[in-house]
Amino acid sequence: MTPANIAGMAAIKGLDVIAVTDHNSCKNCPAVLAAAEEYGILAIPGMEINTSEEVHAVCLFEELKAAMEFDAYVYDRLFPFPNKEEIFGRQQIYNTDDQVCGTVPNLLINAADISFEGLWELVRGYGGIMFPAHVDKTANSLIANLGFIPPDSKFTAAEVKDLKKLHPLKKANPYLESCRIISNSDAHYLEHIHEPELTLQVEEKSVKGVLQALMNMK
Amino acid sequence: MTMTVEELIGKELFKVVAEGDDLSRQVTGIFCCDLLSVAMGRAPSDSAWVTVMGNVNTIAVATLADVSCVILAEGAQADEMCLARARQQGVTLLATEEPVFEAALRVHELIHG
Repeated sequence: MTPANIAGMAAIKGLDVIAVTDHNSCKNCPAVLAAAEEYGILAIPGMEINTSEEVHAVCLFEELKAAMEFDAYVYDRLFPFPNKEEIFGRQQIYNTDDQVCGTVPNLLINAADISFEGLWELVRGYGGIMFPAHVDKTANSLIANLGFIPPDSKFTAAEVKDLKKLHPLKKANPYLESCRIISNSDAHYLEHIHEPELTLQVEEKSVKGVLQALMNMK
Repeated sequence: MTMTVEELIGKELFKVVAEGDDLSRQVTGIFCCDLLSVAMGRAPSDSAWVTVMGNVNTIAVATLADVSCVILAEGAQADEMCLARARQQGVTLLATEEPVFEAALRVHELIHG
């Protein structure tokens, strides 16, 4: 997976919008945004953060600059544990020419010293939004890891991997009734990028438009 | 006192999900934790790690921490990726319906008589 072939695959699939959400990193956002622009695809800068509770949450930002500032904030709060490529894989950074221009030294899959509590406000401070990822999964999900959705939560959307599980999930967690429920490919490999099967209605086709649609609670 | 992974398996207290490469390695202690980020830095090498987390990263952390085996407690299931990675990395993966404490206690009793 390189930024150019991600954007190319998205174009072949006929996707309008993609989001780049590496674990605890936005460092490949500049490259993917540039590649997507060449293919005429809208790319949203983002991150799949791993909170101190090991809850995975997707953060999306309106501006690339703010995403990169958030990246620095998170990197400072990662346990400085060097990556072992033979175990966890490579952590390469690409430039806008689709060439590897660097490697992230510390392990990115680790939990950041940032709690899910307060994450919404933190990300809003960077002009972004946050929603819990794959809430139906038994690992690294808000519901599995905390046991329930904190009643004082402020997030407005939630991502479900298997939409067949949505009904029982909503019954057990009424908070989800008010959320915009989305599902995404969570593609870690090129071949896992979904076909454009699901749609999101937006006021305008822009990053801002998508973020606003995800913030409009029912 | 210590025992080997093979001896632990031989006690038939746990279901064998995957047999690792080196069954002759020693089990010298027990470590219990579910947060992978904690286990990564704190699980002692050669310990039996008891957890309910059965995903692919569990095996990565087990390899990194160099534990002698992983015991999935509370009937937790290893997902497909976890199982494949355990086989690939040669990590012994055991499982039990028992809670974490009881599972750990069984190993403790075996080690310390």
